[in-house]
Amino acid sequence: MASTTPLDIPPAPPATRGRPKSTGRAGDKIFLSLSRGSGILLLVLMASIAVFLSYRSVIAISKDEGNFLTTFDWNPAGDPPVFGIAVLLFGTVVSSIIAMLIAVPIAVGIALFISHYAPRKLAAPIAYVIDLLAAVPSIVYGIWGALVLVPYLEGLNLWLDQFFGWTYIFEKTEVGVARSLFTVGILLAIMILPIVTSVSREVFLQVPKMNEEAALALGATRWEVIRLSVLPFGRSGIISASMLGLGRALGETMAVATVLSPSFLISLHVLNPGGGTFAQNIAAKFGEADEFGRDALIASGLVLFVLTLLVNGAARLIIARRKEYSGANA
Amino acid sequence: MKLQRKNRLRATALGALAVSGALVLTACGSDDNTGADAGGDKTSAAASNIKCDDAEGQLRASGSSAQKNAMDLWVKNYMAACSGVEVNYSSSSSGEGIVAFNQGTVGFAGSDSALKPEEVAESKKICKTGQGINLPMVGGPIAVGFHLEGVDKLTLDASTLAKIFDTKIKKWNDPAIAKLNDGVKLPDKPIQAFHRSEDSGTTQNLGKYLNAAAPGDWKYEAEKKWPAPGGQAASGSSGIASQVKAVDGSIGYFELSYAKSQEITTVDINTGGATPVEATSENASKAIAAAKVKGTGKDLALDLDYTTKAEGAYPLVLVTYEVVCDTGNKADTLGTVKSFLTYTASAEGQKVLTDAGYAPIPEAINAKVRETVAGLS
Repeated sequence: MASTTPLDIPPAPPATRGRPKSTGRAGDKIFLSLSRGSGILLLVLMASIAVFLSYRSVIAISKDEGNFLTTFDWNPAGDPPVFGIAVLLFGTVVSSIIAMLIAVPIAVGIALFISHYAPRKLAAPIAYVIDLLAAVPSIVYGIWGALVLVPYLEGLNLWLDQFFGWTYIFEKTEVGVARSLFTVGILLAIMILPIVTSVSREVFLQVPKMNEEAALALGATRWEVIRLSVLPFGRSGIISASMLGLGRALGETMAVATVLSPSFLISLHVLNPGGGTFAQNIAAKFGEADEFGRDALIASGLVLFVLTLLVNGAARLIIARRKEYSGANA
Repeated sequence: MKLQRKNRLRATALGALAVSGALVLTACGSDDNTGADAGGDKTSAAASNIKCDDAEGQLRASGSSAQKNAMDLWVKNYMAACSGVEVNYSSSSSGEGIVAFNQGTVGFAGSDSALKPEEVAESKKICKTGQGINLPMVGGPIAVGFHLEGVDKLTLDASTLAKIFDTKIKKWNDPAIAKLNDGVKLPDKPIQAFHRSEDSGTTQNLGKYLNAAAPGDWKYEAEKKWPAPGGQAASGSSGIASQVKAVDGSIGYFELSYAKSQEITTVDINTGGATPVEATSENASKAIAAAKVKGTGKDLALDLDYTTKAEGAYPLVLVTYEVVCDTGNKADTLGTVKSFLTYTASAEGQKVLTDAGYAPIPEAINAKVRETVAGLS
């Protein structure tokens, strides 16, 4: 977060520890210590969670008879205990990619419609409805997905298999209802739509009016205005919105657990039932797991944590490179 | 901008209110339904026969969800008869129940399988002068339900079941199935076999049955985790039941009560006896009657005979246990544990099971359970 701002501030003289000299009023002092305390508390909390997770993970991984990264199985209660995250990593990444491919273009479209095309009277209600999608609990999405989406997708699956089977990805080689990573991707796309839409919309609304008016004055059509001024200006915003959505997709638990038919096999045929994600696996296995099994699940959770960290880091890099378009310079 | 945000907030609040209001209303509705389902007026407590003795206070218990419906009925009847006593069974899982028992936080645990040796060893810390023992309390047939348009009666044997769940038999009109079903017109449809996605005692018991009755066709070890690579998965018995209900050409396994409540047709099992056996409470009891006690001392862990050919004995059964300390129970819950388990093991308590889709434990074993409960100290 704002990693470069501290550099702009001249280094504080080491002698004065209370850097922002307070006015000496009680309220200022209390607020200063409160906020500083909160900051420290957050760091301590995060550190202790990280220590706890790593400690339990090390216990589990040291007893794992398989390779934690490449084993296609999850059986910490077995004799010998064997478990690995390969399938979970694959499933998490693939379902999130599908979700992003579907959700981002739609979300950007909705955001553009709300910010630049829709009449004011229509824009507001659409925005509310989209925002309300975020308020639906994920288990409700799961139940809806299992009862409504899955049966309806069977036709689409057959169609994709028939006409796009040659892509390998859409070839359906196993019988079974549409409880696949593809269905999960569609469901996740619906779930991340609101966050991507609302952040993109806010960014599009921040585009300097002068840029747009200048383009219009040069005779640009509305689409050209969007292409020439709105989209370039909003690019870093769209990327950060997508990453927020990706964060939600990576960690989604109950909806995936309800809809997916999990198995410990990796297949690029996304229409086949099977696969699994980190969060789904933790939810499914936690109940019957013994102490050691829970350590193993925590170890898998740690991998998800690292994965999320990498994704967010990558997003920050992309955004930092496009600084010239950030709102601060406008 | 500011004005717009305020409006948006207001509208969001209104929308949220409407949605949550609807949710609250529907929640109430479904609550009432389950209450009526689980309660059932016909099993109202005949309070007179329940001996409360020195039961008092609160008894916490935890464990297997397979016996949840039976426990709910028992607890309801028991608490109606013994005022001032509160029994609280949280149906989490067998594993969690045993962990809680060995930490001393519950009076007894419900478990789908008998204690393992290391769990017995651990229980000695809690049962200071004794150890944890298994009391068989609830029996149940594991029904194999199927959904196949045009077919309303199906007979399978252990070997074909093993091949179906191992996805070795892929079509409904496979000769192996046709051979067992003379005169049934089987369609040329793919078989969609459903298994549990989470670890489950039901899966383990199915595995034990297939291991014993079809060792040549089922090479996997009986574990709580589904071992075979193929097939599809759904979460919980209810999840499998609803998939089987919805998907044409599907087959799955779950406790009989789920087949009844969802009106799913179940498979008759050809045990090698004179006629194929239907999955019913009575037939399951007959199979449990063939079981031998393998536990030593007061432990009554059962060794089920999955290969029984006895007339009308449904071999695909599971038995769930209550785990207690044989001696050295905590004094403050001992009275309640004894009184409650005396009721559940009584003829009256066992009769409740049939109504809930379970199977009563046969009288010979039941008598030993009552004797053991009476001897708890």
